[in-house]
Amino acid sequence: MTRSWAGRLVLLLVLPVALVGLWWWTSADSGSVYYPPLTRIVDKLQEDWLFEQVGSDLLPSLGRFTAGYLIAAVTGIALGTLVGLAPRVRRASQPVTEFLRSIPPPLLLPFVLVVVGLGNASKIVLIVLGSVWPVLLNTIDGVHGVDSQTLDMARSFGIGRRTQITRVILPAASPKIAVGMRTALSVALILMVISEMQASTNGLGFKVLSAQRSFDTAGTYAGVIVIGAVGLVVNLGFLAAEGWIMRWHRGARGLLDEAPRAPGPGRGLWSRARAAAAPPVADERPMAGTTGAVE
Amino acid sequence: MTDGGRPGTAGRARHRVEAVLLPVLGVAVTLAAFEVAPRIGLLPRTSFPPFSEIFTTLTDLVTTAELWGAVLDTLDAWARALAIATLIGVPLGLAIGSNQVGALLSRLTIDFLRPIPSVALIPILVLVYGTRPSLKVTLAVFGATFPLLFQAMYGVADVDPVAKDTARAFGMGWWTRLRHIVVPSCAPYIATGLRISASVALILVVTGEYIVGVPGLGAEVLVAYSSGAFERMYALILVAGLLGLVVNLGFHAVERRVLSWHPSHRPDEGGAG
Repeated sequence: MTRSWAGRLVLLLVLPVALVGLWWWTSADSGSVYYPPLTRIVDKLQEDWLFEQVGSDLLPSLGRFTAGYLIAAVTGIALGTLVGLAPRVRRASQPVTEFLRSIPPPLLLPFVLVVVGLGNASKIVLIVLGSVWPVLLNTIDGVHGVDSQTLDMARSFGIGRRTQITRVILPAASPKIAVGMRTALSVALILMVISEMQASTNGLGFKVLSAQRSFDTAGTYAGVIVIGAVGLVVNLGFLAAEGWIMRWHRGARGLLDEAPRAPGPGRGLWSRARAAAAPPVADERPMAGTTGAVE
Repeated sequence: MTDGGRPGTAGRARHRVEAVLLPVLGVAVTLAAFEVAPRIGLLPRTSFPPFSEIFTTLTDLVTTAELWGAVLDTLDAWARALAIATLIGVPLGLAIGSNQVGALLSRLTIDFLRPIPSVALIPILVLVYGTRPSLKVTLAVFGATFPLLFQAMYGVADVDPVAKDTARAFGMGWWTRLRHIVVPSCAPYIATGLRISASVALILVVTGEYIVGVPGLGAEVLVAYSSGAFERMYALILVAGLLGLVVNLGFHAVERRVLSWHPSHRPDEGGAG
């Protein structure tokens, strides 16, 4: 079914425009404390976030998020590679990792607060503790699942262990690692917000919660919109980076020209996300969601 | 997950012993570490008691009605949220996934809503619900709907077109096709979605309880934390972890049982599970 370019554009835009219009229209002269007029939210958005609180709240949040996420990714990949290469360690650690990643990550907040303290460090530690699991488990799985013939071949060519890891094992495991890192991204975002909702003095989570506590409803909505926008930008950034880094993989698998089977034409981020979204069972272990898709 | 298979016949017996021993060893080492670390000062003794003390508190705790009340509060909200998320996510996903107009219509909206960290909604939900249980249910529904929606979308898009055309050629009606072609073909996707959503919903329910103080397991943790009852706090966190584990393994088992006929579940997946 082909549809004109303009027709598609209209279909794409109808619902968002209608929803925003509906919101704007129904809230226009809303007297309810809980449902402030959209115009007031937009004013508040400009007032607070362009750019008064960018330096004081947005940047610290993003800094902690970036630090925590990167530490989690590096730790997860490094540890995951080691464990994935040692079958005995893998089996020995399985029940423990299985349990630890089942703990709802936000409940690690009190642990982090009493053990690490109240500063930046505890927020970063929380992000690491929550988002390391998807990366770790996917890396273990990916490394463990590397085709044994490929490994035998590398060995018979006399390739050293280190080169095997960097040139054979990690590339072969990278699709799985990428899935884990994508899941970890949303977990890290959530924990960034959560960590700022308790015992904090700045950040996005702190700002929305304190706006709510002082019954600044428009400010609350504005803060939520900013958090949503951060989530959107971070996710799009990740998809773009992933698509770029993993393009060799899609090339190797002949996926580059694969027409998306799902509806939704085009080859943009959406189709890439789709192509990357593995079939249900390929993802099995990683549990795209323990914490995963908490998006 | 092709586990085993590699060792020859000689190694098989040893392999089986290892399969039991290694996990036990892993757990033992971890518990020992959590026992020793606070005692030798690797973890602060005052805020992280040795595991044996946490465990004693836990055994006392499981005999209290208080704990089970909190667990029930949590599970109640979790079950409701999962049911609502399924009722919204699956039909919507099937509808969106099966026609191009629906996909285009909803695309930007979904793409925009999905990356919003669900916990960002907490302040708005507090405005609306205060500390009533509806808060955590709504929060969990928001988070748990997306995995189901997407799995249903992928599932319906993955239905074999030949099967669909054949069914149509045989004159099967809309309902028959849905019942015999679409649903069985989507089932594994939806089952995976359910398992993911079940975990997500539990996490969000507990989060709502912890951050806002809605009665339940999370709120108990919050109270224990703010009153400095750290053994109790860790014991409760362990309970939450066990709950998470049970939900996770339970849905895994159901998935495997229900879908044993499906090709994706048939092969010798045997491994570690």
